[in-house]
Amino acid sequence: MKSLVITSSPHVRSIERLTDVMYDVVIAMIPAVLVSIYFFGLQSLLITVTAVVGCMAFEALFLKIAGKTNIRATVLDGSAIVTGILIALNLPPTSPIWMTLIGSLIAIIVAKQVFGGLGYNIFNPALVARVFLLISFPVQMTRWVNPSFFKGDAITAATPLGMLKTDGLATVSKTFSHLDFFLGTIGGSLGEVSAVALLIGGLYLLMRKVISWEIPVSMLGSLFIFTGIFWMLDKARYADPIFHILTGGALLGAFFMATDMVTSPITRKGMLIFGAGIGVLTGLIRLFGGYPEGVSFAILIMNSLVPLIDKYTEVKKFGLVKVKA
Amino acid sequence: MSNGNTAWSTFADGIWKNSPTLTLLLGMCPMLATSSSVMNALGMGMAATFVLVMSNIFISALRNIIPKQMRIPCFIVVIATFVTIVDLVMAAYSPGLYKSLGIFIPLIVVNCIVLGRAEAFAYKNGIASSMLDGVGMGIGFTVGLFLMSTFREILGNGSFLNLPLFGPSFSPVLIMIMPPGAFMTLGFLIALKSYLDKRQKKGA
Repeated sequence: MKSLVITSSPHVRSIERLTDVMYDVVIAMIPAVLVSIYFFGLQSLLITVTAVVGCMAFEALFLKIAGKTNIRATVLDGSAIVTGILIALNLPPTSPIWMTLIGSLIAIIVAKQVFGGLGYNIFNPALVARVFLLISFPVQMTRWVNPSFFKGDAITAATPLGMLKTDGLATVSKTFSHLDFFLGTIGGSLGEVSAVALLIGGLYLLMRKVISWEIPVSMLGSLFIFTGIFWMLDKARYADPIFHILTGGALLGAFFMATDMVTSPITRKGMLIFGAGIGVLTGLIRLFGGYPEGVSFAILIMNSLVPLIDKYTEVKKFGLVKVKA
Repeated sequence: MSNGNTAWSTFADGIWKNSPTLTLLLGMCPMLATSSSVMNALGMGMAATFVLVMSNIFISALRNIIPKQMRIPCFIVVIATFVTIVDLVMAAYSPGLYKSLGIFIPLIVVNCIVLGRAEAFAYKNGIASSMLDGVGMGIGFTVGLFLMSTFREILGNGSFLNLPLFGPSFSPVLIMIMPPGAFMTLGFLIALKSYLDKRQKKGA
Protein backbone atom coordinates (compact mmCIF):
# COMPACT_ATOMS: atom_id res chain seq x y z
CA MET A 1 0.00 0.00 0.00
CA LYS A 2 1.32 3.39 -0.92
CA SER A 3 0.90 5.96 1.80
CA LEU A 4 -0.14 9.52 1.15
CA VAL A 5 2.81 11.87 0.83
CA ILE A 6 2.28 15.50 1.69
CA THR A 7 5.19 17.81 1.02
CA SER A 8 5.98 21.44 0.74
CA SER A 9 9.44 22.92 0.07
CA PRO A 10 12.00 21.05 -1.97
CA HIS A 11 12.90 17.79 -0.28
CA VAL A 12 15.83 15.65 -1.16
CA ARG A 13 14.63 12.17 -1.98
CA SER A 14 16.99 9.30 -1.47
CA ILE A 15 16.55 5.59 -1.68
CA GLU A 16 19.42 5.11 0.77
CA ARG A 17 18.23 3.18 3.76
CA LEU A 18 19.76 2.22 7.07
CA THR A 19 19.97 -1.39 5.98
CA ASP A 20 21.84 -0.52 2.78
CA VAL A 21 24.41 1.46 4.75
CA MET A 22 24.89 -1.38 7.20
CA TYR A 23 25.34 -3.99 4.50
CA ASP A 24 27.86 -1.70 2.75
CA VAL A 25 29.87 -1.71 5.97
CA VAL A 26 29.62 -5.49 6.11
CA ILE A 27 30.95 -5.72 2.53
CA ALA A 28 33.80 -3.37 3.42
CA MET A 29 34.84 -5.62 6.29
CA ILE A 30 34.95 -8.77 4.15
CA PRO A 31 38.61 -8.32 3.07
CA ALA A 32 39.72 -8.00 6.70
CA VAL A 33 37.69 -11.07 7.70
CA LEU A 34 39.08 -13.09 4.79
CA VAL A 35 42.65 -12.10 5.65
CA SER A 36 42.09 -13.14 9.26
CA ILE A 37 40.78 -16.53 8.14
CA TYR A 38 43.77 -16.90 5.83
CA PHE A 39 46.22 -16.09 8.62
CA PHE A 40 44.61 -17.64 11.66
CA GLY A 41 42.59 -20.46 10.15
CA LEU A 42 39.08 -21.62 10.95
CA GLN A 43 39.39 -20.38 14.52
CA SER A 44 38.87 -16.83 13.31
CA LEU A 45 35.86 -17.82 11.21
CA LEU A 46 34.43 -19.45 14.32
CA ILE A 47 34.97 -16.27 16.37
CA THR A 48 33.35 -14.10 13.71
CA VAL A 49 30.31 -16.36 13.35
CA THR A 50 29.93 -16.65 17.13
CA ALA A 51 30.06 -12.89 17.58
CA VAL A 52 27.54 -12.17 14.83
CA VAL A 53 25.09 -14.87 15.91
CA GLY A 54 25.58 -13.83 19.54
CA CYS A 55 24.81 -10.18 18.80
CA MET A 56 21.67 -10.99 16.84
CA ALA A 57 20.45 -13.47 19.45
CA PHE A 58 21.00 -11.08 22.36
CA GLU A 59 19.27 -8.29 20.48
CA ALA A 60 16.25 -10.49 19.77
CA LEU A 61 16.19 -11.65 23.38
CA PHE A 62 16.34 -8.11 24.76
CA LEU A 63 13.62 -6.83 22.43
CA LYS A 64 11.42 -9.75 23.41
CA ILE A 65 11.86 -9.11 27.13
CA ALA A 66 11.31 -5.38 26.64
CA GLY A 67 8.04 -6.16 24.85
CA LYS A 68 8.95 -4.57 21.52
CA THR A 69 6.96 -5.57 18.47
CA ASN A 70 9.29 -5.02 15.51
CA ILE A 71 11.86 -7.60 16.60
CA ARG A 72 12.46 -9.10 13.17
CA ALA A 73 13.09 -5.79 11.43
CA THR A 74 15.42 -4.52 14.17
CA VAL A 75 17.49 -7.68 14.36
CA LEU A 76 17.85 -7.85 10.59
CA ASP A 77 18.64 -4.15 10.05
CA GLY A 78 22.31 -5.11 9.80
CA SER A 79 23.56 -3.10 12.76
CA ALA A 80 23.88 -6.19 14.95
CA ILE A 81 25.83 -7.93 12.18
CA VAL A 82 28.20 -4.95 11.88
CA THR A 83 28.69 -4.90 15.66
CA GLY A 84 29.31 -8.65 15.68
CA ILE A 85 31.96 -8.53 12.95
CA LEU A 86 33.63 -5.52 14.61
CA ILE A 87 33.80 -7.36 17.93
CA ALA A 88 35.41 -10.33 16.18
CA LEU A 89 37.94 -8.07 14.45
CA ASN A 90 38.84 -6.64 17.86
CA LEU A 91 39.53 -10.00 19.50
CA PRO A 92 42.74 -12.01 19.52
CA PRO A 93 42.66 -15.21 17.43
CA THR A 94 42.81 -17.38 20.55
CA SER A 95 39.61 -16.00 22.11
CA PRO A 96 37.51 -18.69 23.73
CA ILE A 97 33.87 -18.95 22.64
CA TRP A 98 32.48 -17.88 26.01
CA MET A 99 34.50 -14.67 25.94
CA THR A 100 33.23 -13.80 22.46
CA LEU A 101 29.67 -14.34 23.70
CA ILE A 102 30.20 -12.13 26.77
CA GLY A 103 31.51 -9.46 24.40
CA SER A 104 28.37 -9.70 22.26
CA LEU A 105 26.17 -9.49 25.36
CA ILE A 106 27.93 -6.37 26.64
CA ALA A 107 27.91 -4.69 23.23
CA ILE A 108 24.26 -5.27 22.45
CA ILE A 109 22.62 -5.08 25.84
CA VAL A 110 24.80 -2.74 27.91
CA ALA A 111 26.19 -0.46 25.23
CA LYS A 112 23.30 -0.36 22.77
CA GLN A 113 19.85 -1.44 23.93
CA VAL A 114 19.99 -0.05 27.46
CA PHE A 115 20.66 3.38 25.96
CA GLY A 116 17.62 3.01 23.71
CA GLY A 117 18.85 1.02 20.74
CA LEU A 118 20.41 2.06 17.45
CA GLY A 119 20.73 5.82 17.15
CA TYR A 120 20.70 6.50 20.87
CA ASN A 121 23.90 4.79 21.99
CA ILE A 122 26.59 7.20 23.16
CA PHE A 123 29.46 4.76 22.82
CA ASN A 124 30.43 2.46 19.99
CA PRO A 125 29.04 -0.95 21.10
CA ALA A 126 31.89 -3.04 19.69
CA LEU A 127 34.47 -0.90 21.46
CA VAL A 128 32.62 -1.03 24.77
CA ALA A 129 32.74 -4.82 24.42
CA ARG A 130 36.45 -4.77 23.61
CA VAL A 131 37.36 -2.54 26.55
CA PHE A 132 35.12 -4.53 28.90
CA LEU A 133 36.85 -7.75 27.87
CA LEU A 134 40.32 -6.21 27.93
CA ILE A 135 39.88 -5.00 31.50
CA SER A 136 38.08 -8.13 32.68
CA PHE A 137 40.15 -10.84 31.04
CA PRO A 138 43.63 -9.39 30.52
CA VAL A 139 45.18 -12.85 30.09
CA GLN A 140 42.82 -14.13 27.39
CA MET A 141 42.73 -10.78 25.63
CA THR A 142 46.48 -10.57 25.14
CA ARG A 143 47.25 -14.11 24.04
CA TRP A 144 48.52 -13.52 20.54
CA VAL A 145 49.76 -16.03 18.03
CA ASN A 146 51.87 -15.63 14.94
CA PRO A 147 49.88 -15.92 11.78
CA SER A 148 50.58 -19.22 10.08
CA PHE A 149 49.39 -20.54 6.77
CA PHE A 150 49.15 -24.07 8.05
CA LYS A 151 46.89 -24.96 10.89
CA GLY A 152 48.49 -26.30 14.00
CA ASP A 153 51.84 -24.56 14.18
CA ALA A 154 50.72 -21.29 15.65
CA ILE A 155 53.27 -19.94 18.09
CA THR A 156 52.55 -17.39 20.77
CA ALA A 157 53.90 -14.03 19.82
CA ALA A 158 53.68 -10.43 20.89
CA THR A 159 52.05 -7.71 18.85
CA PRO A 160 54.46 -5.09 17.51
CA LEU A 161 53.02 -2.49 19.88
CA GLY A 162 53.22 -4.86 22.85
CA MET A 163 56.82 -5.66 21.96
CA LEU A 164 57.58 -1.94 21.67
CA LYS A 165 56.28 -1.38 25.20
CA THR A 166 58.13 -4.27 26.83
CA ASP A 167 61.27 -4.88 24.75
CA GLY A 168 61.93 -1.50 23.14
CA LEU A 169 62.26 -0.33 19.60
CA ALA A 170 65.42 -2.23 18.68
CA THR A 171 63.74 -5.64 19.11
CA VAL A 172 60.75 -4.58 17.06
CA SER A 173 62.78 -3.39 14.09
CA LYS A 174 64.83 -6.58 14.22
CA THR A 175 61.67 -8.74 14.09
CA PHE A 176 59.41 -6.93 11.68
CA SER A 177 59.66 -4.83 8.57
CA HIS A 178 57.10 -2.27 7.41
CA LEU A 179 56.04 -4.74 4.73
CA ASP A 180 55.01 -7.16 7.49
CA PHE A 181 52.70 -4.54 8.98
CA PHE A 182 51.30 -3.69 5.59
CA LEU A 183 50.54 -7.27 4.60
CA GLY A 184 49.63 -8.45 8.08
CA THR A 185 52.25 -11.09 8.83
CA ILE A 186 52.35 -9.98 12.47
CA GLY A 187 50.64 -10.99 15.69
CA GLY A 188 47.48 -9.15 16.66
CA SER A 189 43.70 -9.09 16.81
CA LEU A 190 41.78 -10.61 13.90
CA GLY A 191 41.19 -7.26 12.26
CA GLU A 192 44.32 -5.32 13.07
CA VAL A 193 46.93 -7.42 11.35
CA SER A 194 46.57 -6.54 7.70
CA ALA A 195 46.76 -2.86 6.82
CA VAL A 196 46.11 -3.52 3.15
CA ALA A 197 42.80 -5.32 3.77
CA LEU A 198 41.62 -2.50 6.01
CA LEU A 199 42.62 0.10 3.42
CA ILE A 200 40.63 -1.71 0.71
CA GLY A 201 37.56 -1.76 2.98
CA GLY A 202 38.05 1.87 3.97
CA LEU A 203 38.39 3.03 0.36
CA TYR A 204 35.22 1.11 -0.52
CA LEU A 205 33.32 2.92 2.24
CA LEU A 206 34.68 6.28 1.09
CA MET A 207 33.73 5.53 -2.52
CA ARG A 208 30.22 4.50 -1.53
CA LYS A 209 30.02 7.68 0.57
CA VAL A 210 29.08 5.68 3.64
CA ILE A 211 31.81 7.53 5.52
CA SER A 212 33.37 10.89 4.74
CA TRP A 213 37.08 11.62 4.67
CA GLU A 214 37.23 14.00 7.65
CA ILE A 215 37.43 11.55 10.55
CA PRO A 216 39.92 9.02 9.10
CA VAL A 217 42.15 11.75 7.69
CA SER A 218 42.22 13.92 10.80
CA MET A 219 42.64 10.91 13.08
CA LEU A 220 45.49 9.31 11.16
CA GLY A 221 47.00 12.73 10.40
CA SER A 222 47.11 13.82 14.02
CA LEU A 223 48.47 10.43 15.08
CA PHE A 224 51.14 10.78 12.39
CA ILE A 225 52.10 14.30 13.47
CA PHE A 226 52.02 13.51 17.19
CA THR A 227 54.16 10.37 16.97
CA GLY A 228 56.30 12.06 14.29
CA ILE A 229 57.30 14.85 16.69
CA PHE A 230 58.56 12.33 19.24
CA TRP A 231 60.29 10.30 16.54
CA MET A 232 62.17 13.39 15.40
CA LEU A 233 63.20 14.12 18.97
CA ASP A 234 64.60 10.67 19.71
CA LYS A 235 64.79 8.18 16.86
CA ALA A 236 66.29 5.46 19.01
CA ARG A 237 63.47 5.46 21.50
CA TYR A 238 60.27 6.26 19.64
CA ALA A 239 58.96 4.35 16.65
CA ASP A 240 58.38 6.20 13.42
CA PRO A 241 54.92 7.55 12.55
CA ILE A 242 54.33 5.07 9.71
CA PHE A 243 54.80 2.26 12.24
CA HIS A 244 52.12 3.80 14.46
CA ILE A 245 49.64 4.07 11.62
CA LEU A 246 50.16 0.57 10.26
CA THR A 247 50.15 -1.32 13.57
CA GLY A 248 47.48 -1.91 16.14
CA GLY A 249 43.94 -0.77 15.64
CA ALA A 250 44.68 2.62 14.07
CA LEU A 251 43.36 1.81 10.59
CA LEU A 252 40.53 -0.38 11.87
CA GLY A 253 39.51 2.40 14.24
CA ALA A 254 39.89 5.18 11.70
CA PHE A 255 37.74 3.60 9.00
CA PHE A 256 35.29 1.36 10.82
CA MET A 257 34.83 2.47 14.41
CA ALA A 258 35.48 6.21 14.76
CA THR A 259 33.24 6.80 11.73
CA ASP A 260 30.22 5.11 13.29
CA MET A 261 27.43 7.57 12.40
CA VAL A 262 25.67 7.35 15.71
CA THR A 263 28.68 8.05 17.87
CA SER A 264 30.50 10.69 15.80
CA PRO A 265 29.78 14.42 15.27
CA ILE A 266 27.53 15.54 12.44
CA THR A 267 29.26 18.72 11.31
CA ARG A 268 32.40 18.78 9.17
CA LYS A 269 34.34 20.89 11.65
CA GLY A 270 33.15 18.63 14.46
CA MET A 271 34.40 15.55 12.62
CA LEU A 272 37.83 17.12 12.18
CA ILE A 273 38.05 17.95 15.89
CA PHE A 274 36.78 14.48 16.80
CA GLY A 275 39.32 12.70 14.60
CA ALA A 276 42.19 14.89 15.79
CA GLY A 277 41.25 14.17 19.41
CA ILE A 278 41.31 10.42 18.78
CA GLY A 279 44.69 10.63 17.04
CA VAL A 280 46.35 12.62 19.83
CA LEU A 281 44.83 10.50 22.60
CA THR A 282 45.91 7.32 20.83
CA GLY A 283 49.46 8.67 20.55
CA LEU A 284 49.49 9.70 24.21
CA ILE A 285 48.28 6.28 25.41
CA ARG A 286 50.70 4.40 23.14
CA LEU A 287 53.74 6.43 24.09
CA PHE A 288 53.09 7.17 27.75
CA GLY A 289 50.13 5.03 28.90
CA GLY A 290 49.99 1.72 30.69
CA TYR A 291 48.49 -0.17 27.77
CA PRO A 292 50.44 -0.81 24.55
CA GLU A 293 47.41 0.09 22.41
CA GLY A 294 45.07 3.02 22.91
CA VAL A 295 42.78 3.35 19.88
CA SER A 296 39.76 1.83 21.62
CA PHE A 297 40.13 4.00 24.71
CA ALA A 298 40.73 7.10 22.59
CA ILE A 299 37.60 6.54 20.50
CA LEU A 300 35.44 5.91 23.58
CA ILE A 301 36.74 9.05 25.29
CA MET A 302 35.98 11.12 22.21
CA ASN A 303 32.56 9.43 21.84
CA SER A 304 31.64 10.93 25.19
CA LEU A 305 32.53 14.41 23.91
CA VAL A 306 30.43 14.20 20.74
CA PRO A 307 27.38 16.08 22.11
CA LEU A 308 29.67 18.89 23.25
CA ILE A 309 31.50 19.02 19.91
CA ASP A 310 28.19 19.08 18.05
CA LYS A 311 26.97 21.92 20.23
CA TYR A 312 29.95 24.16 19.58
CA THR A 313 30.31 23.43 15.86
CA GLU A 314 26.66 23.92 15.05
CA VAL A 315 26.28 25.36 11.58
CA LYS A 316 25.01 28.93 11.60
CA LYS A 317 21.61 29.13 10.03
CA PHE A 318 21.34 31.37 6.99
CA GLY A 319 20.22 34.84 7.92
CA LEU A 320 20.49 34.29 11.64
CA VAL A 321 21.78 37.34 13.49
CA LYS A 322 22.98 37.13 17.02
CA VAL A 323 21.41 39.83 19.15
CA LYS A 324 23.51 41.16 21.96
CA ALA A 325 21.73 40.63 25.22
CA MET B 1 0.44 8.25 69.67
CA SER B 2 1.12 5.94 66.77
CA ASN B 3 -0.76 2.73 66.19
CA GLY B 4 0.80 -0.58 65.22
CA ASN B 5 0.22 -0.17 61.51
CA THR B 6 2.10 3.09 61.07
CA ALA B 7 4.91 1.92 63.35
CA TRP B 8 5.31 -1.12 61.13
CA SER B 9 5.29 0.91 57.95
CA THR B 10 7.80 3.38 59.43
CA PHE B 11 10.09 0.42 59.94
CA ALA B 12 9.36 -1.56 56.79
CA ASP B 13 9.29 1.29 54.27
CA GLY B 14 13.02 1.84 54.58
CA ILE B 15 13.87 -1.77 53.85
CA TRP B 16 12.40 -2.09 50.38
CA LYS B 17 9.73 0.42 49.35
CA ASN B 18 11.81 3.50 50.15
CA SER B 19 15.13 1.69 49.98
CA PRO B 20 17.68 4.46 50.55
CA THR B 21 20.08 3.33 47.86
CA LEU B 22 17.72 1.91 45.23
CA THR B 23 14.82 4.36 45.43
CA LEU B 24 15.95 7.51 47.24
CA LEU B 25 19.41 7.26 45.64
CA LEU B 26 21.10 8.36 48.85
CA GLY B 27 24.47 7.15 50.09
CA MET B 28 25.75 6.43 46.60
CA CYS B 29 29.39 7.07 47.44
CA PRO B 30 29.82 4.32 50.08
CA MET B 31 27.46 2.11 48.04
CA LEU B 32 29.74 2.25 45.00
CA ALA B 33 33.01 2.20 46.89
CA THR B 34 32.51 -0.48 49.51
CA SER B 35 30.48 -3.05 47.59
CA SER B 36 33.43 -4.81 45.97
CA SER B 37 33.20 -7.63 48.50
CA VAL B 38 30.34 -8.93 50.63
CA MET B 39 32.42 -8.66 53.81
CA ASN B 40 33.15 -4.96 53.26
CA ALA B 41 29.55 -4.30 52.34
CA LEU B 42 28.16 -5.92 55.50
CA GLY B 43 30.72 -4.09 57.65
CA MET B 44 29.79 -0.78 56.06
CA GLY B 45 26.07 -1.53 56.33
CA MET B 46 26.26 -2.37 60.02
CA ALA B 47 28.42 0.63 60.85
CA ALA B 48 26.04 2.95 59.04
CA THR B 49 22.98 1.32 60.66
CA PHE B 50 24.42 1.85 64.14
CA VAL B 51 25.13 5.52 63.44
CA LEU B 52 21.73 5.96 61.81
CA VAL B 53 19.77 4.47 64.72
CA MET B 54 21.71 6.25 67.47
CA SER B 55 21.74 9.64 65.76
CA ASN B 56 18.02 9.36 64.96
CA ILE B 57 17.26 8.62 68.62
CA PHE B 58 19.38 11.49 69.95
CA ILE B 59 18.29 14.05 67.40
CA SER B 60 14.68 13.14 68.02
CA ALA B 61 15.21 13.49 71.78
CA LEU B 62 16.93 16.85 71.37
CA ARG B 63 14.60 18.17 68.65
CA ASN B 64 12.84 20.60 70.96
CA ILE B 65 16.00 22.29 72.16
CA ILE B 66 17.85 22.42 68.82
CA PRO B 67 17.20 25.85 67.28
CA LYS B 68 15.92 25.64 63.72
CA GLN B 69 18.60 27.92 62.27
CA MET B 70 21.40 25.93 63.87
CA ARG B 71 20.08 22.43 63.24
CA ILE B 72 22.59 21.19 60.62
CA PRO B 73 25.71 21.85 62.76
CA CYS B 74 23.92 20.26 65.72
CA PHE B 75 23.07 17.16 63.64
CA ILE B 76 26.68 16.91 62.48
CA VAL B 77 27.99 17.03 66.05
CA VAL B 78 25.62 14.25 67.14
CA ILE B 79 26.40 12.11 64.08
CA ALA B 80 30.16 12.67 64.39
CA THR B 81 30.04 11.44 67.97
CA PHE B 82 28.63 8.07 66.94
CA VAL B 83 30.89 7.80 63.92
CA THR B 84 33.88 8.29 66.22
CA ILE B 85 32.58 5.47 68.44
CA VAL B 86 32.21 3.16 65.41
CA ASP B 87 35.61 4.19 64.11
CA LEU B 88 37.42 3.43 67.38
CA VAL B 89 35.50 0.19 68.07
CA MET B 90 36.19 -1.10 64.58
CA ALA B 91 39.88 -0.18 64.76
CA ALA B 92 40.16 -2.07 68.04
CA TYR B 93 38.15 -5.22 67.29
CA SER B 94 38.34 -5.81 63.55
CA PRO B 95 41.47 -4.09 62.22
CA GLY B 96 41.29 -6.01 58.93
CA LEU B 97 37.86 -4.69 58.04
CA TYR B 98 38.81 -1.26 59.38
CA LYS B 99 41.77 -1.16 57.05
CA SER B 100 39.84 -2.21 53.96
CA LEU B 101 36.99 0.25 54.57
CA GLY B 102 39.52 3.01 55.21
CA ILE B 103 38.26 6.54 54.72
CA PHE B 104 34.66 5.42 54.25
CA ILE B 105 34.11 4.92 57.99
CA PRO B 106 34.89 8.56 58.93
CA LEU B 107 32.91 9.62 55.86
CA ILE B 108 29.69 8.26 57.42
CA VAL B 109 29.56 11.68 59.12
CA VAL B 110 28.52 13.24 55.85
CA ASN B 111 26.53 10.23 54.61
CA CYS B 112 23.38 11.67 53.11
CA ILE B 113 21.19 8.85 54.42
CA VAL B 114 22.10 9.68 58.02
CA LEU B 115 21.82 13.43 57.52
CA GLY B 116 18.72 13.04 55.38
CA ARG B 117 16.83 10.97 57.95
CA ALA B 118 17.85 13.36 60.72
CA GLU B 119 16.47 16.28 58.74
CA ALA B 120 13.43 14.62 57.18
CA PHE B 121 12.32 12.32 59.95
CA ALA B 122 13.99 12.45 63.37
CA TYR B 123 13.72 16.23 63.70
CA LYS B 124 9.95 15.98 63.28
CA ASN B 125 8.99 12.71 64.98
CA GLY B 126 9.06 11.02 68.37
CA ILE B 127 11.91 8.94 69.73
CA ALA B 128 10.31 5.51 69.23
CA SER B 129 9.31 6.03 65.62
CA SER B 130 12.64 7.74 64.84
CA MET B 131 14.41 4.67 66.13
CA LEU B 132 12.24 2.40 63.97
CA ASP B 133 12.90 4.60 60.97
CA GLY B 134 16.63 4.38 61.64
CA VAL B 135 16.54 0.59 61.94
CA GLY B 136 14.46 0.24 58.75
CA MET B 137 16.64 2.60 56.73
CA GLY B 138 19.79 0.98 58.08
CA ILE B 139 18.57 -2.47 57.08
CA GLY B 140 17.53 -1.10 53.68
CA PHE B 141 21.00 0.33 53.15
CA THR B 142 22.59 -2.95 54.21
CA VAL B 143 20.27 -4.95 51.92
CA GLY B 144 21.16 -2.70 48.97
CA LEU B 145 24.86 -3.08 49.71
CA PHE B 146 24.47 -6.82 50.19
CA LEU B 147 22.69 -7.34 46.85
CA MET B 148 25.22 -5.26 44.99
CA SER B 149 28.28 -6.78 46.64
CA THR B 150 26.98 -10.33 46.20
CA PHE B 151 26.63 -9.77 42.47
CA ARG B 152 29.98 -8.03 42.18
CA GLU B 153 31.98 -10.45 44.32
CA ILE B 154 30.59 -13.59 42.65
CA LEU B 155 31.22 -12.28 39.14
CA GLY B 156 34.35 -10.26 39.75
CA ASN B 157 36.19 -12.51 42.18
CA GLY B 158 34.41 -15.87 41.81
CA SER B 159 33.77 -16.00 45.54
CA PHE B 160 31.18 -15.27 48.22
CA LEU B 161 32.36 -13.97 51.61
CA ASN B 162 35.87 -14.86 50.41
CA LEU B 163 34.93 -18.53 49.87
CA PRO B 164 35.79 -19.55 46.29
CA LEU B 165 32.70 -20.78 44.46
CA PHE B 166 34.11 -22.03 41.19
CA GLY B 167 37.04 -24.18 40.16
CA PRO B 168 40.41 -22.74 39.18
CA SER B 169 39.43 -22.72 35.51
CA PHE B 170 36.94 -19.90 36.16
CA SER B 171 38.26 -16.55 35.01
CA PRO B 172 36.63 -13.76 37.01
CA VAL B 173 35.15 -10.74 35.25
CA LEU B 174 37.67 -8.38 36.85
CA ILE B 175 35.87 -5.24 35.76
CA MET B 176 33.03 -6.06 38.17
CA ILE B 177 35.14 -5.37 41.26
CA MET B 178 36.49 -2.17 39.72
CA PRO B 179 34.63 1.17 39.69
CA PRO B 180 32.99 0.71 36.25
CA GLY B 181 31.48 -2.56 37.45
CA ALA B 182 30.02 -0.75 40.47
CA PHE B 183 28.25 1.80 38.28
CA MET B 184 26.92 -0.87 35.93
CA THR B 185 25.65 -3.06 38.76
CA LEU B 186 23.98 -0.10 40.46
CA GLY B 187 22.24 0.85 37.22
CA PHE B 188 20.91 -2.65 36.68
CA LEU B 189 19.77 -2.98 40.31
CA ILE B 190 17.86 0.32 40.17
CA ALA B 191 16.28 -0.80 36.89
CA LEU B 192 15.29 -4.12 38.45
CA LYS B 193 13.80 -2.38 41.49
CA SER B 194 11.67 -0.02 39.43
CA TYR B 195 10.61 -2.90 37.18
CA LEU B 196 9.42 -4.89 40.21
CA ASP B 197 7.68 -1.81 41.67
CA LYS B 198 5.88 -1.20 38.39
CA ARG B 199 4.75 -4.79 38.15
CA GLN B 200 3.50 -4.73 41.73
CA LYS B 201 1.55 -1.54 41.08
CA LYS B 202 -0.05 -3.10 38.02
CA GLY B 203 -1.01 -6.20 39.97
CA ALA B 204 -2.53 -4.28 42.88
